[in-house]
Amino acid sequence: MVARKAFSRILVTSAAIAVMLIAVAMPAQSKTFKWAFQSDAGSMDPYTMNNTMTLGFTANIYEGLVRHAKDESIEPSLATSWELTQPDVWRFNLRKGVTWHDGSPFTADDVIFSWQRAMGEGSDMKSFVAGIKDIKKIDDNTIDIITKGPWPLLLGDIFRWYIMPKKWCEENNSASVTGFKSGTEETYATRHTNGTGPFMLQSREPQVKTVMVPNPNWWDKRTDNITEAIFTPIKADATRIASLLSGELDMIYPVPIQDVQRVRKTPGFKVMEGMEVRTVFLGFDMWRDELLYGDVKDKNPLKDVRVRKAMYQAIDIDAINKKIMRGASYPTALMIGSNINGFDEALNKRFPYDPAESKRLLAEAGYPNGFSIVLDTPNDRYVNDEAISQAVAAMLSKVGIKCTLNSQTRAKHFSKIASMDTSFYMLGWAPMSFDVHNTYFNNVQTNGQKIENPQPGQGNWNCGNYSNPEVDKLLNEMTAEIDPVKRQALISKMMQIHKDDVGHIPLHQQALSWGVSDRVDLTQSADNTLSLRWVMVK
Amino acid sequence: MLAFIIRRILQSIVVMLMVALLSFTLFRYVGDPVVSMVGRDTTFEERAALRETLGLNDPIVVQFGRFVKNASMGDFGISYEQRRPVIDLIAERAPATLELSFVSGLFALVVGVFMGVYSGLHKDGFLSKLFQSVSLVGISLPPFLIGILLIYLFAVILGWLPSMGRGEVRQLGFWSTGFLSFSGLISLILPAITLGLFQMTLIMRLVRSEMLEVMRTDYIKFARARGLTNRAVNFGHALKNTLVPVITVTGLQLGQIIAYSIITETVFQWPGMGYLFLQAVQRVDLPVMGAYLVLVALIFVVINLIVDFLYYVVDPRLRMEGGAVS
Repeated sequence: MVARKAFSRILVTSAAIAVMLIAVAMPAQSKTFKWAFQSDAGSMDPYTMNNTMTLGFTANIYEGLVRHAKDESIEPSLATSWELTQPDVWRFNLRKGVTWHDGSPFTADDVIFSWQRAMGEGSDMKSFVAGIKDIKKIDDNTIDIITKGPWPLLLGDIFRWYIMPKKWCEENNSASVTGFKSGTEETYATRHTNGTGPFMLQSREPQVKTVMVPNPNWWDKRTDNITEAIFTPIKADATRIASLLSGELDMIYPVPIQDVQRVRKTPGFKVMEGMEVRTVFLGFDMWRDELLYGDVKDKNPLKDVRVRKAMYQAIDIDAINKKIMRGASYPTALMIGSNINGFDEALNKRFPYDPAESKRLLAEAGYPNGFSIVLDTPNDRYVNDEAISQAVAAMLSKVGIKCTLNSQTRAKHFSKIASMDTSFYMLGWAPMSFDVHNTYFNNVQTNGQKIENPQPGQGNWNCGNYSNPEVDKLLNEMTAEIDPVKRQALISKMMQIHKDDVGHIPLHQQALSWGVSDRVDLTQSADNTLSLRWVMVK
Repeated sequence: MLAFIIRRILQSIVVMLMVALLSFTLFRYVGDPVVSMVGRDTTFEERAALRETLGLNDPIVVQFGRFVKNASMGDFGISYEQRRPVIDLIAERAPATLELSFVSGLFALVVGVFMGVYSGLHKDGFLSKLFQSVSLVGISLPPFLIGILLIYLFAVILGWLPSMGRGEVRQLGFWSTGFLSFSGLISLILPAITLGLFQMTLIMRLVRSEMLEVMRTDYIKFARARGLTNRAVNFGHALKNTLVPVITVTGLQLGQIIAYSIITETVFQWPGMGYLFLQAVQRVDLPVMGAYLVLVALIFVVINLIVDFLYYVVDPRLRMEGGAVS
């Protein structure tokens, strides 16, 4: 039969194609490094978007005055040294002989330009340079940074503020950041770069592929051996894992919790884990006089510390750690983890899980039969965020608090809680400066909307307005305290008060999980960013 | 004839407006675009100012009117996420989707017809039964599951085919093509199968039942009586007569393939329009979402329009009655 003959011909052909494919799939030897994250960098312009991924990614191309060493400590970068000449004046000596990727020299004018650009229209980096009052040029290789009062945290604040070239930006119509007021379209710097860093951008297709090559004129000694670095954002978890295990990529992150064991068991791959700087916690509405989402009328039970403590002690954090996070979390009693400057191990003891005590506290506060409340939770932001909230709701119901979930995507969740339209919410915070102040300033200090003359950004994410004058005072004091021992005493006192107040319920720090092929050696940063300069390809 | 065409086109415009209105109403529930546009340290004043600049505070009717007015002039605005004209983004991503859809459609048609003819001719054969089972899989399994299964088999376990992406892409003017490189071609295989499997199944079943029908007719018997070869009977007479409904279905399904490539593109990280749309939904990139939905509606409307015209040409009864197809 003709049809049968045609069919067998197709079978033979496809077998031949298959053999060809095997032959071609053999990778050629090269020092190409390919990696993937779940989303893309927002822009190649490091001032457009203040998020960890964007800033971590562009750190391979642009550099700041200082940078992080492997152990997350601050080390010189474009500045070689610095000293305090007055309590509010920092003198920086800039590195000599550094050139931009296009060959032009790096000077003090670039630093001043970058500060103006970061403060200007459309920039999302304003909070990073907010402490700077002025920058004065002393000569081409020396500048003075004048801060608004003593600012011991300056170096931690500016390490993600990268210097951009004045001449190049001005010539390419990128003197200001892509903003919506100043013409809506992207500027040249959105998809093109000209930095001083170890890598140069070769091609950029947003959301598809970004290719970088080493900068042959980099000022520092190379600690990588990459000849080409290719980044692909891969949204779908299963695809990301598959492209690692099939050998197409050398490294992917994050590895979803349910796939960690699989990657670990596959020969040739490992999972690198560590504590992430992000802390996930729950917050309460503590300013309304009546509960907004719940059945209590004419009063707000969350204003009573006994009620908040009862809710805290009703949560079995070990169960969340074991059942939901499969061990990939670090339960915490503080709003920061041990990798953040200011952490105090002595305070990191949670109030114990104790449902009987919870019920007693509720009865004492006048709610022997509990009450009902709505928990606002995101469902696409943190690892297993919705599952954690479901567990919390179930645990609260055991002590009589009928907790229902309002689970939404991040786009809806964050605008809802940011406008303080919530009674009980989940939020996570990663202090980008690696200092305790960033977390407590944003989440614990009295919300700027509720007071006269707030500092810019103060309590922006204190969505339920926890407010304690003593805490506010200590937070203000610690920004100006230069002596580290005295500063730590202020920090510990402040964290102790916040903990005793049960201002929030800290849950845990997430675990980083990177899937890495044995072909490469690399270093994991606690803020979940990858530095190409520490990648060795075998 | 002219009245018919005008009436049809007017109806199409109404459909397009309805789609635009529906999508606009839905946009209200997607969330706040500003959240994805700025970092977390951005103050509330700056957020409010941004919202005002984008016109998000205007009543929905005003926003809709503005969208229709600009869209009718081909201006779909600027993507919130990428801050480039939406029309450029779509033009950049369209080749990836169209090439994938074309290959999927071709795969569905060729394999579907072949399997259909075979199982129509040998309805009790072992292979026919196998094809039937395969088609059951194609109909019942969702595309993302098929995609993931294929990736695991051919990329992870066997290591024959790439698990994601388009491979090496060459630029021909504005068109980026994966047809000109080996890695581009092998990258097409898995996504094309995933996307086309459902349509393949549909065509196979259609051809099979039509073949069974046709093989019973008198003219086939007469053809055999005339001593024609099997090849001439099966392909020259039988298959030819089964193709009319197949062509109609294929035409209509092409729109489906383009529109529903969203899932396949996401699974395979295929940089096409569907993936662009999905990203836009997650980031609440309203201009991209609006443009994509209108574009897909346009594709469907145009295909239906053409099909209607073809019916009109093919079916003389429509002309006699003066036009309307109910």
